[in-house]
Amino acid sequence: MSKREKWVYALGVSGTVLLIVNLYRILLVLGDEMQQGAIYRIIYFHVPAAFIGWTLFLAALVASALYLWKKDLAFDGFAASAIEVGWVFCSINLVTGMIWGRIIWGIWWTWDPRLTSMFICWLLYGGYIVLRSAIDDAGQRATVSAVLAIFAFADVPIVFMAIRWWRTQHPSPVLETGGLAPEMRLPFWLNVFVFLLIGLAITLVRVDQEDTQRELEGLRRRAF
Amino acid sequence: MRGVWAIARKDFQSELRSKEAINASVSFALVILLIFSFAFEPTADETRAIAGGLLWIAFAFAGALILNRSFARELQNDCLDAVIASPIAGWELFLGKALASFLLLLVVELICFPVFSIFYGVNLTKAFWPLLLVLILGTWALTALGVTFAALTVNIRLRELMLPLLLYPALSPALMASMTLTTSLLTAGVFGANDQPWLRLLVGFDVIFTALALALIEFVLVL
Repeated sequence: MSKREKWVYALGVSGTVLLIVNLYRILLVLGDEMQQGAIYRIIYFHVPAAFIGWTLFLAALVASALYLWKKDLAFDGFAASAIEVGWVFCSINLVTGMIWGRIIWGIWWTWDPRLTSMFICWLLYGGYIVLRSAIDDAGQRATVSAVLAIFAFADVPIVFMAIRWWRTQHPSPVLETGGLAPEMRLPFWLNVFVFLLIGLAITLVRVDQEDTQRELEGLRRRAF
Repeated sequence: MRGVWAIARKDFQSELRSKEAINASVSFALVILLIFSFAFEPTADETRAIAGGLLWIAFAFAGALILNRSFARELQNDCLDAVIASPIAGWELFLGKALASFLLLLVVELICFPVFSIFYGVNLTKAFWPLLLVLILGTWALTALGVTFAALTVNIRLRELMLPLLLYPALSPALMASMTLTTSLLTAGVFGANDQPWLRLLVGFDVIFTALALALIEFVLVL
């Protein structure tokens, strides 16, 4: 077992165990929220998914900049993996948000700036994934996608500011204003941690695939 | 800076001689304006309220045709390699190409403006100078991102498809700002109190993405 595989198992297993413990607490121990009822529990998945999505996009930004600096394809592999996994978390955030919106607002979607910006980022990183599939040469693919990752991340501050700049229907951030009840804080942050562990485990699996892919391409070049 | 002018003049002149992209772009913009008239009652008051949006959708779609040509023009006879090998810095090449595309886009937009004004019964003279400011800021946002992405996608398969796919989501904050500002200028004739953040956003967008493009274009060009 390689060192990376050990990490994958360690992160995956500890993430799963913590998730089960936390799920028990969220679903069975904690009571319903006063105004929203049972549906409020989506916050334990909706917000951490966004956090981890952004964390992975940030990691991809750093890896992309490092690639442009060092020209080491390992950085490119990591950036691509982080963006793919981050994009999945971004999708989880959007879907859970839509379910919550259907119950609380009565509509699946509203073109509120915050929702729109998240959707824009989802499209942007989706474009990144499509772009990679359109380029065959590894070096060219790495450079083009690294530059695109930097441009895409420039959208992030705009998304983050959106809730402050524009009138919005989205609930204001409960974390900063201290609106989250004390007994909800621990399970919330624990879920953020769990999502981080699981996100990292999946990213590492994906990095492994990228490495293997690169090795295969190298062997193929040598064979012909 | 001499490199910038050289590239800009070369691009602008060769486009004016062949008129490939500009003809296609103007006709395309007019077709879009025509199709919009099917979707909305063109002279109704509600349409006037979304006029800014319609105009910018037409500009953004028609603009992609011009932006696509910006680097694709150099593909024939391996001109791109020659341009990159010439003693012109990457940022000069980018600025030159951006300037040429910017001017071409402005020409297209200024042709569309009166047509739009006639077809949709919108008075453009009421706030012409503020409108021109929004037009310039919005068009520069479209150009700065568009030329960078055109450079990114010039060597790949599905180039024509990939540019809009990447460009429009990335451009959306600037498009939102341009649309809101244009609409409020067309309806009220002056910038409203709520327009200040949008104007700031548009200027910030221009500055941020021009700086990013200037910093990163060298990597893109020497793949």
